Amino acid sequence: MSMEEIKYSKVGENVFTTTLPNGLPVLVMKKEGFQKSFAFFATNYGGMDMRFQLDGQWLDTPAGVAHYLEHKTFDTEDGNALQDLAANGASPNAFTSTSFTGYFFESTEKFEENLRILLSFVSIPWYTQESVDKEQGIIGQEIRMGDDEADTQVFYGMLEGLYAHSPIQVNIAGTVESISHITAETLNLCHRAFYDPANMVLCVAGDVDPERVAALAEEILPKEGHPPVERDYGEPEPDRANKPLWEREMAVSTPIFQLGFKDVPPAKGEAWLRWELTGDLAMEALLGTSSPLYARLYGEGLVDSNFSYGCEAYPGAAFLCAGGESRDPEAVRDAVQAEIRRVAQEGLDEALFQRLKRAGYGGLVRGLNSLENLCINQAQANFCGYDYLTFPEVFASIEKKDVEDCIRRAMTEERTTLAVIRPKEGPQA
Amino acid sequence: MSPVTRIQLLPGVHLTAVHTTKFKSSLLSVTLLAPLSGDTAAANALIPYLLRRGCQAHPDLESVSAALDQLYGGSLEPAVRKKGELQCVGFVGSFLDDAYSLDGSPILEAATELMGQLLLDPVTEGGTFSQAYTQQEKEHLIDRIRGEVNDKRSYASLRVVQEMCAQEPYGVSRFGSEAQVASLTPEKVWERYQTLLATAPVELYYCGTAEPQRVAESFRKALSGLPRTGSFQLPACLVPADAAQVRRVEESLDVAQGKLTLGFRTGGITAASPEYPALMLCNALFGGTTTSRLFLHVREELSLCYYASSVLHKYKGIMVVSSGVEFADAPRAEEEILRQLEVCRRGEFEPWEVEGGRRSLISALRTLLDSQSRQEDYWLGQVIHGLTEGPEELAARLEHVTVEQAVAAAQTLRLDTVYFLKGVQA
Repeated sequence: MSMEEIKYSKVGENVFTTTLPNGLPVLVMKKEGFQKSFAFFATNYGGMDMRFQLDGQWLDTPAGVAHYLEHKTFDTEDGNALQDLAANGASPNAFTSTSFTGYFFESTEKFEENLRILLSFVSIPWYTQESVDKEQGIIGQEIRMGDDEADTQVFYGMLEGLYAHSPIQVNIAGTVESISHITAETLNLCHRAFYDPANMVLCVAGDVDPERVAALAEEILPKEGHPPVERDYGEPEPDRANKPLWEREMAVSTPIFQLGFKDVPPAKGEAWLRWELTGDLAMEALLGTSSPLYARLYGEGLVDSNFSYGCEAYPGAAFLCAGGESRDPEAVRDAVQAEIRRVAQEGLDEALFQRLKRAGYGGLVRGLNSLENLCINQAQANFCGYDYLTFPEVFASIEKKDVEDCIRRAMTEERTTLAVIRPKEGPQA
Repeated sequence: MSPVTRIQLLPGVHLTAVHTTKFKSSLLSVTLLAPLSGDTAAANALIPYLLRRGCQAHPDLESVSAALDQLYGGSLEPAVRKKGELQCVGFVGSFLDDAYSLDGSPILEAATELMGQLLLDPVTEGGTFSQAYTQQEKEHLIDRIRGEVNDKRSYASLRVVQEMCAQEPYGVSRFGSEAQVASLTPEKVWERYQTLLATAPVELYYCGTAEPQRVAESFRKALSGLPRTGSFQLPACLVPADAAQVRRVEESLDVAQGKLTLGFRTGGITAASPEYPALMLCNALFGGTTTSRLFLHVREELSLCYYASSVLHKYKGIMVVSSGVEFADAPRAEEEILRQLEVCRRGEFEPWEVEGGRRSLISALRTLLDSQSRQEDYWLGQVIHGLTEGPEELAARLEHVTVEQAVAAAQTLRLDTVYFLKGVQA
């Protein structure tokens, strides 16, 4: 299996890439000197993909099915792949996000054997009704645990505040009720629809032989892929936020909040990467740790060092957000909105913008130290139609005006929502 | 293997430098060491946060951030850690490696200079820390202490250790108590700061492409203003081997899922003991991995918990089991956890369990070398306890641990405290 080598000299990375005849893209990042190798096998299928067309029929599946499938995919005819990998000294795991599901392991020995296990268990469904039923207890506990996680809850609260009906606001794990409808048959259908080589990507980083990786994938995976499955995310979302405020009470010490701004979703391809990089810069410039606003809010005790911010894009939905703990989330929102109005009118400070670009570049390059980060970003970029390692060029081309446009477009009052979890009165430890 | 160099720069000031070319960044840290004590923990913890507010050259947050942005978005964050019964306070920084700077200018010297300025030249007001900064950072620290309850899983693990070590320095929180933080004044913190600067042993750390001599030189220059008077001796950690009787503590919060945590004494075995690798293997087999008894039997087979795992506090000689369970299932979960421990004590392992546990430990130690921050944390713990063993040497010792040795380690474990966080209605 011959592979194309692409050198990204600015960031010192070499990538070997090919697309198998079954449609699976394979990307291998050669990392010399690292002890471990990391393999990430992902499908473009996540919590939001609940309604889709298979064999000419529209299917509605229960909330939480992609995540349930992820748990049960480790089951094999002979037992459990998690244990097979762990017994080899590998650290395997998996996660389900809003738009994709990834299975991975890192290992310092027996890489090929481990890769073989990974490719096999993910591509060969083995769902028995007995084991599907048993999983209800474990996932039920996971959902209950999430119910107590204020950070998780406030994030979903913000999505509910922003979106009228986009499925990105549905809890990835589902509810105890929704998962009770999942059967082995549901899992088999979803596996057939989405665990198809042409809908997946394999990313490997480490001191490995790229051609062996591609050869193993070709040997183990199905020889043919099928055309992509059509998905339905409902009507396009209106521009404005669904509601300005979302509130709840929980056993927390200080109010926890997320402030969300609903943007127009980017098109697939380089535009997607540009949107993400521009969004990050917009948040840095507006309320990032080097911004005048952050220094003021921190000084007034309205935010602490756990304050964090970013932006995310999904099919049909994109938003910018910032959040953390604050004794007065409404005051934070008001201060941010005042700063947005000021920036919209006066523009950004040129020196600040140049500094942030320098800092942003350094942060992106430092992120390449992590093999996990590198593989996950590459996989996600592949699903969104761009090449992650082109970020230095795209980042360099972003101008002050682009960032100002983003702030003026996406951060108006009617596109803003505030989600707050307030401390509940009651027994404290 | 990355060579590790240890150099004394000043009295009581040591540098640990790891030379490697595989990262695109360098990691630096400066840590002041103090005995963990209820009297000083709060003031010690406040100091790095106060220093991070500004120095003479960069007098406020915005200008410190601007300086860091100029260094390609380097980070330099306060770090407050507890390692054994020592409180470790200082800064951890990550900077772009010189090779990737856009104009080829060196970053290391500027980074250590900034670190030195933040540590030694704080913004002052009337000869002490600023009144406003002190007040604000006290509030933030109190929020941090109160915020520990927000993550119920880690909160339950913290609480079991606090209860278990209530009579030992280890029971003191790394941040001190809320009441102690509230009682601090700029004068009191300033006095503590001066004491630390003069008398605390200081650990410096570097991991990156620069030669150790260049690193030593740049740190020596940055810290030339550090006053040094003292013996730089630290007390040894108390390691009670046994538990008198099992203590039980229950608390209620408005939560959906209960958290059950169990604290064990390891019979005096710590990272410094010859039996330590055996204890590591014992912990891996019992609850440390996804092939462990707790994971496979308590979680997978019985579906009793979403998680059930065990961790070692290696410098203190403690093992903590933590699990998330339905309230009503807690007695059954506890019974099952203890039953699995009995299985370990009888040595009823399949060969694949033993080898899986061993491979996973060895792999974790090797991959530590792929992470600059994990390496820094490992070496800080080692050097301040007078240990020189690196991850690869420890991995080599693990290769030779026998099942009998792991079983012997399991037999030394004594249950000390059971903590249960239940719901309000339960």
